[in-house]
Amino acid sequence: MISFKKRVIVNRLMNFLAGAAAVLVILPLILVFGFLVYQGGSSLNLEFFTHMPKPVGEAGGGMANAIVGTLILIALACCVGLPIGILGGLYLAEARDPRLPWIVRFLADVLNGVPSIVIGIFAYTLVVLPMRRFSALAGGVALGVIMIPIVLRTTEEIVRLVPASLREAGLALGLPNWKVTLRIVLVTARAGIVTGVMVAIARIAGETAPLLFTAFGNRFWHSGLDQPIAALALQVFAYAISPYDDWHRQAWAGALVLITMVFLVSLAARLATRGLQRQTR
Amino acid sequence: MADGLEVSDLNAWFGSRQVLKNIGLRAPANGVTALIGPSGCGKSTFVRCLNRMHEVVPGARATGQVLLNGEDLYAPGVDPVMIRRRIGMVFQKPNPFPTMSVFDNVAAGLRLAGVRDKNVLHEVVERALGQAALWDEVKDELHKSGSSLSGGQQQRLCIARAVAVQPEVLLMDEPCSALDPIATAKIEDLILELKKDLTIVIVTHNMQQAARVSEWTGFFLMGELIEFGVTRELFTAPRQKKTEEYITGRFG
Repeated sequence: MISFKKRVIVNRLMNFLAGAAAVLVILPLILVFGFLVYQGGSSLNLEFFTHMPKPVGEAGGGMANAIVGTLILIALACCVGLPIGILGGLYLAEARDPRLPWIVRFLADVLNGVPSIVIGIFAYTLVVLPMRRFSALAGGVALGVIMIPIVLRTTEEIVRLVPASLREAGLALGLPNWKVTLRIVLVTARAGIVTGVMVAIARIAGETAPLLFTAFGNRFWHSGLDQPIAALALQVFAYAISPYDDWHRQAWAGALVLITMVFLVSLAARLATRGLQRQTR
Repeated sequence: MADGLEVSDLNAWFGSRQVLKNIGLRAPANGVTALIGPSGCGKSTFVRCLNRMHEVVPGARATGQVLLNGEDLYAPGVDPVMIRRRIGMVFQKPNPFPTMSVFDNVAAGLRLAGVRDKNVLHEVVERALGQAALWDEVKDELHKSGSSLSGGQQQRLCIARAVAVQPEVLLMDEPCSALDPIATAKIEDLILELKKDLTIVIVTHNMQQAARVSEWTGFFLMGELIEFGVTRELFTAPRQKKTEEYITGRFG
């Protein structure tokens, strides 16, 4: 029999260790963020958001084109990823025959684990080769494909959480199945699906590898969706491996903007989830 | 012509398990028919067969004849969706749509069926909430979420939602089992009021409730309809021994 005193000591020790581990989880993020502010904060000014990159050798300039480019790429990716992901997720949650959903679910999880550079090669073969040029479109397709499994699986999970009693209430009102699915089930799951979409956006916003040979990057404003386009992640990559100190500082600032965007999107996702919990109680 | 519901030779299965065996009864129009029996006896399945909700569950099926004013609901080519418009349903647990306001919950049936006219919707919502004896309590908070109401109010909201589409029959599957005695009394008053306009079939575990609200009562046991008759006679002079044992509390 362990003495009471010994148990109290062990209890305190384990409490401390578990608490310390919990704090360690957020430590890397805090360190990364702090380091980015330290290195890039000085280059972060209004000019960074509103101006184009300056030619080599000239100090100053900004990443306005890359910030806009990232937003355009995210929008394109959503056009590809959201319809497929959400409709597919609905199917997985609602299908009566479990065989096809099982296969789709399994392969979606595999797709989720495919390295993003391989997805880039896929988009390169699918879009860049036939069009014979790098383009925003190709970048959007690559990022969209990455979004699909994330949106698919969260939509499925959330739609499954909608109580069957609501579906029955809709059917008992004499509404056809498709209307119940779209107007009651999907609407009830709305907040959760939005969260899944936000998580997917946060995930693709910082992707670099799949853009290297699809969106390609651009030092100027893009001149059409069929032309190469700048992206924050690409610009950071290009500036970071350059030999110029000023560019290095800009790369830090770009990374800081990127991580702040992801942070804000994640925060929005969290707030949306809180709305969902209030609804379903 | 209103004959109410006439059921004959109704059989129902979950997979290969038969849960209803050759049920036949008649629920007269503008009357209340109560169904009693121990848990798992098939009375809930029976009412779900009446608006073809039973078949919504994977693996479930039903055969037989259910006549609504002379029309067979199980005839080939009959659209279950059209049947459910004519036969409304209230469930055991109140299930208002959580994303919709009180108003939208009541309007849901019409609005999702394509009715856009605001005046019509307003009229219908006020009438339905009035029928459900809820109007006075919620008329100033029609835009609050339906799930912010109390349990009893939620159940009356669900009744309003069901009667808003003006069904001919209202099925109630243990509508008071999640409610306190005061809310239960309100729903019972409501049932007596509603039967002026429609035919009601109510499943209940509460035999006093069956005695209070219904003219006709059916006693179910293990998927069979043991006895069906005038409520007062069934409770005071049951013809079957099993019915007598059940209502006197000797089993179940």
